[in-house]
Amino acid sequence: MNTTNRVGKHTAKLLMASAMALTALSGSAWAAGELNLYNWSNYFAPELLERYEKETGTKVNIDSFASEEDLLAKLQAGGGGYDVIFPGTTTLGVMVEKGMLAKIDVNKMENFKNLLPAFTTIAGDEDRTYSAPYMWGTTGFTYDPEMVEGGPLEDSWKEIFEPRDGLKGNIAMLNEMSDVWNAAAYYTGVSKCTEDPAEAQKILDVLMAQKPHVKLYSNDGTIDRMIAGEVAVHMQWNGAAHRVKEKKPDAVYVYPREGTTFWTDVIAVPKDAPNLEEAKKFVNWMMSPEVAAIASNYTGYSNAVSGSGEFLKEDLRADPAVNTPEEYNDRLRAFENCSPASKDLREKVWTKLKS
Amino acid sequence: MTRAGKNILFRALLIGPALLAITVFMIIPLGLMAYISFRGRDYSGGVLWDQFTAEAYVRLFFESELDGTLALNFNYMYIILRSVWLSFLTMVISLAVGLPVAMFMATRDAKWKAVLVFMVTLPFWTNLLVRNYAWILLLRDHGIINSALLWLGIISEPLPLLHNSFAVAVGLTYSFLPFMVLPIYASLEKIDLRLVEASFDLYANRWQTIKRVILPLAFPGIVAGCVLVFVPALGAYITPELLGGGKTLMIGNLIGFQFGAARNWPFGAALGMFLLALVLTSLWLYARRYRGDLERLQ
Repeated sequence: MNTTNRVGKHTAKLLMASAMALTALSGSAWAAGELNLYNWSNYFAPELLERYEKETGTKVNIDSFASEEDLLAKLQAGGGGYDVIFPGTTTLGVMVEKGMLAKIDVNKMENFKNLLPAFTTIAGDEDRTYSAPYMWGTTGFTYDPEMVEGGPLEDSWKEIFEPRDGLKGNIAMLNEMSDVWNAAAYYTGVSKCTEDPAEAQKILDVLMAQKPHVKLYSNDGTIDRMIAGEVAVHMQWNGAAHRVKEKKPDAVYVYPREGTTFWTDVIAVPKDAPNLEEAKKFVNWMMSPEVAAIASNYTGYSNAVSGSGEFLKEDLRADPAVNTPEEYNDRLRAFENCSPASKDLREKVWTKLKS
Repeated sequence: MTRAGKNILFRALLIGPALLAITVFMIIPLGLMAYISFRGRDYSGGVLWDQFTAEAYVRLFFESELDGTLALNFNYMYIILRSVWLSFLTMVISLAVGLPVAMFMATRDAKWKAVLVFMVTLPFWTNLLVRNYAWILLLRDHGIINSALLWLGIISEPLPLLHNSFAVAVGLTYSFLPFMVLPIYASLEKIDLRLVEASFDLYANRWQTIKRVILPLAFPGIVAGCVLVFVPALGAYITPELLGGGKTLMIGNLIGFQFGAARNWPFGAALGMFLLALVLTSLWLYARRYRGDLERLQ
């Protein structure tokens, strides 16, 4: 009892001390030659922090957020003192619209030429004034050939939306409105930003017809579910597919030919960044091939810098789920910022599907 | 300061903390929620503070047709009805299981009582999320229950136990059962056992004794238990998400969806207000129905 008390007090003291240290830090302006990153946790290679410090003499600090809502809220509150942030495409759109980002003219940076053509533009920041690509990934599906009779599956959403008999009840879907909506839109040949209720009805019909064959909708534990053989097919993000393959080397990740959504996380600089010039240098540095490869090796997702392939870890380079084969490039569909009317339709379809 | 003045100050100081807690943690949040539910929707998340509209409440019951006219919308009603039905089912099963358990506990001797109460509260030592995950391990196709039944040769195909309303009902009942057992136990424990003996002396049989003596005395506990199970089950979020396989929503999930992917805060707030109204109405009906019985007992 006594010891626990002492430990408790000790922890409390520690917490207070660190809280005071934090206040002190955020109170003073960051010294020159420093850079403060704000990113998802476990989404930036520690190796790169050291490397940048060694190459430029600039000290790099990193802080992490748990959701993009946190990131947005913190920046909107004007706090943080961050120089470089890593939002997703949706959040990027909001930030540009609300004038929260610094114009850093990424398109005029020296390393901009290194980017893969598909990434020289992005919804919300079409001419790349504000942002550089960081990581990107795709949403396709993974299957276990051992559990599928009648040979390999076609590269088509048909296998998921109108499953063959053996797969009925053996399918798991992501519980993510936009991913499911997009896939069904590609499959029915409807624009994913449609504002036409009749087209939305088509999407709903496909999803409702599929629902009895779906075992569950879930974003959690997709990797374990495939490894345990609970389902034969799982709509999945490619990073997760890569980790399924580590345990089940035979598993196949499919890029459906009707269209495979890809998402992008970007690197951007807040408007009131304390170290603007330093931040620009950093963004440029992130677009060099070896640096991008080190970042990918850590996160397990693809980067958008050409020539980074030779620096990738062997298992990442060898896995088509991560290192997308070039012949699939025309299957990739970028994020689009749809109109409120279209978003309303999407929500209606999702609610009807789940009611 | 006069003596009376001191007295008032003293009372104010005593009431102060409770009043502050209620204001800060209940009245202000509720007021904020009511306020937001009447504001405009910001599609990038958040609220248009300067716009007044009752759109969120219209949306609950109606949807706009192609030509702009409003038509009744049953989607949200289905979800709400399902939540009420599942919570009611949970309450009934919990009562059916909890009442005998509480009776058993209340009739043991003092030493055993302490142990049994401890055992009922034991599950609370583990996080709700973990306990729900445990049910996944029990119920899934290759889970413990199906494996055992297959091994015994009772079934030849795994039973579909997980990812449906059955699993949700099981999970909810398991989660909220202690809330039923404990209040009933508390009221049973206070019963003077001589009343039961008297009932037997007057030639009542066991069933009559339970029905005419024990149940009426346990009634306040039963009411409390039913309320404590029904209300939180109505707002359940984790259990339908995990055990229901995301195939059907309950109100809790619908509200979560509005604040997350749908980014429709006013509608989420309106749903919250509706849930609150639903709970208050059912409590009021309950109280009105049984007020007489409760007063007679006191």
